Amino acid sequence: MTEVKINVNSLECLPKCQTGIRGLDEITDGGLPKGRPTLVCGTAGCGKTLLAMEFLVRGAVQYNEPGVFMSFEESSEELAQNVASLGFDLNDLAASKKMFLDYVRIERSEIEETGEYDLEGLFIRLDHAIDSIGAKRVVLDTIESLFGGLSNETILRAELRRLFRWLKAKGVTAIITGEKGEGTLTRHGLEEYVSDCVILLDNRVEGQISTRRLRIVKYRGSSHGTNEYPFLIDEQGMSVLPITSLGLQHDVSTERISSGIPRLDTMLGGEGYYRGSSVLVSGTAGTGKTSISASFANAACSRGERCLYFAFEESSAQLTRNMRSIGIDLEPWIKQGLLDIYAVRPTIYGLEMHLVKMHKMVREFKPKVVIIDPVTNLIAIGSDTEVKSMLSRLIDFLKANQITAFFTNLSHGGTTEQTEFGLSSLMDTWLLLRDIEIGGERNRGLYILKSRGMAHSNQIREFLLTDKGIDLVDVYLGPAGVLTGSARAAQEAQEKASETLRREEIERKKRGLKRKSKSLEVQITALRSEFESAQEEVNKLTRQEEMQEATLSRARAEMEHLRKSDVNATGHRYHVKEDRK
Amino acid sequence: MKNITETGQKTSEIQKGDIWELRLYVAGQTPKSMTAFANLKKLCEEHLAGKYRIEVIDLLKNPQLARGDQILAIPTLVRNLPMPLKKIIGDLSNTERVLVGLDLRPLKE
Repeated sequence: MTEVKINVNSLECLPKCQTGIRGLDEITDGGLPKGRPTLVCGTAGCGKTLLAMEFLVRGAVQYNEPGVFMSFEESSEELAQNVASLGFDLNDLAASKKMFLDYVRIERSEIEETGEYDLEGLFIRLDHAIDSIGAKRVVLDTIESLFGGLSNETILRAELRRLFRWLKAKGVTAIITGEKGEGTLTRHGLEEYVSDCVILLDNRVEGQISTRRLRIVKYRGSSHGTNEYPFLIDEQGMSVLPITSLGLQHDVSTERISSGIPRLDTMLGGEGYYRGSSVLVSGTAGTGKTSISASFANAACSRGERCLYFAFEESSAQLTRNMRSIGIDLEPWIKQGLLDIYAVRPTIYGLEMHLVKMHKMVREFKPKVVIIDPVTNLIAIGSDTEVKSMLSRLIDFLKANQITAFFTNLSHGGTTEQTEFGLSSLMDTWLLLRDIEIGGERNRGLYILKSRGMAHSNQIREFLLTDKGIDLVDVYLGPAGVLTGSARAAQEAQEKASETLRREEIERKKRGLKRKSKSLEVQITALRSEFESAQEEVNKLTRQEEMQEATLSRARAEMEHLRKSDVNATGHRYHVKEDRK
Repeated sequence: MKNITETGQKTSEIQKGDIWELRLYVAGQTPKSMTAFANLKKLCEEHLAGKYRIEVIDLLKNPQLARGDQILAIPTLVRNLPMPLKKIIGDLSNTERVLVGLDLRPLKE
């Protein structure tokens, strides 16, 4: 796969001319075809002239390629005025010979056609303009005006064909603009002559919200993005959003970042979210989604990271005030430039515009953390599929830039585990906030529904908003079920009381037993001493008996001695018998 | 334009005193340019004898002049005076149209 790709790359030899327009170079894989004309077409007011002008200005300023702008519609002064609002100073560029503005005015009422002619005059003017500043880029805006001024279409078409060939031969990269016609790309079929690269601009209104879109219809000899890409025109010019240029190839980080709530970090495998992951907090109204977002923002700023906060419900001032009530002061971060709260009603633009705007702000602010609170409000302005595609593009973009994305989602009771547009599959970590209604009160519970790639807690925690921030406490889990709030407190007190009681009872029993064993011990001692004295008595008696025995035998021996009896052994019995007689 | 409103004169009357200033823009000695010049010369002699001046501008030599008179097509004949400015493009082979273009037609009728 990779080998094939390398081959393709090395073979690709079509030189490109960078436009410098944000996003356009990515879609066109490097820019417009160098040295060839490109057709930019679209309906009135969709930004053709602006695209062309930005191409020239950026060429002159960024790439040191002077350009000629040949206008058939607006005078040089008008043009300069129009684009001054975008920060382009045409007069200055013209004075420094980086740009040549030529206004070609063609008025049908002034012109009478009398026979054969050609457009050599136009060629000479263009040639003169190009040579006078050494132009590399040329814009013809809008050459179709010629069809309005000259009636001989046969000559005109032949001359246009010659013109585009001539431009190619001249080696300039040109943009030709054309008004979109019915069923054709341009009203007079310019696409027939300019066929190397065709870009179509569009400005559609859906639900009273207009969105500009750009599509590359064709690009000979080059790969290019084929989708419709939304684009934005603001005070810095044009930005096109290259949506599908991202995909799922982004790097991942193993770095973990704190959620700003120590206990929540513990629940998330002890370390918090992964950097660059996407986090969703969903819950019904008033469950504390914004508070969790603000904690996260606060934590990010405390680490010295930039945080971009899109608030679709509250103004910046309201948000900071409300968060101060739970001990989170965001104001210093705003002042230090670490936090940017962008508060806007979602209905102000279309979805695509939001995406482009976010893209642009992210690129400019370079945040590490982006918070969108709540993402649900965007649904109001688009269909489910649109929202999902927009969000997946946004998440891809943020992930590619290693930015941690934090979304809140307002769910509407009941089916809390279902997000409106299958958002969950896009999320790496999903926290669920729910209110638990017990004993006439409502309390907040938090648990982690999923968290990819980490061992996370499966426990419900009670979520407390204190004036020192967010605290998570264990909920009561017992035979009576899950208890929170005052019910939990009551249950805990009750348990504590019964615990004390039980402990006291045990103590009492222990004491009784101790006493008993002590008395037994005393008894044992007494018995032992009794036993000892009895033993002694026995010993004494034995000894007495022995002594008596000894005395007796001695006395008998004495007697025998006195009786002068035989000393042999048998003598005794004899004598005894004798005695008895 | 200004002249007309101020004096209230008609086209036919203007011609009597005024000198016609005509400029013919060409790009080199092309057949079309040659034809145009020949046609113009003939036409002027017929209708404006003694009251005209023709200036031939070769844009190949002076390309910067194309901008001033907003020249696109070659050949182009520009009537600077009398006012208003008129432009006639082509080789001037269609005499009828040239006369209309120069406001000379009503004179003949």
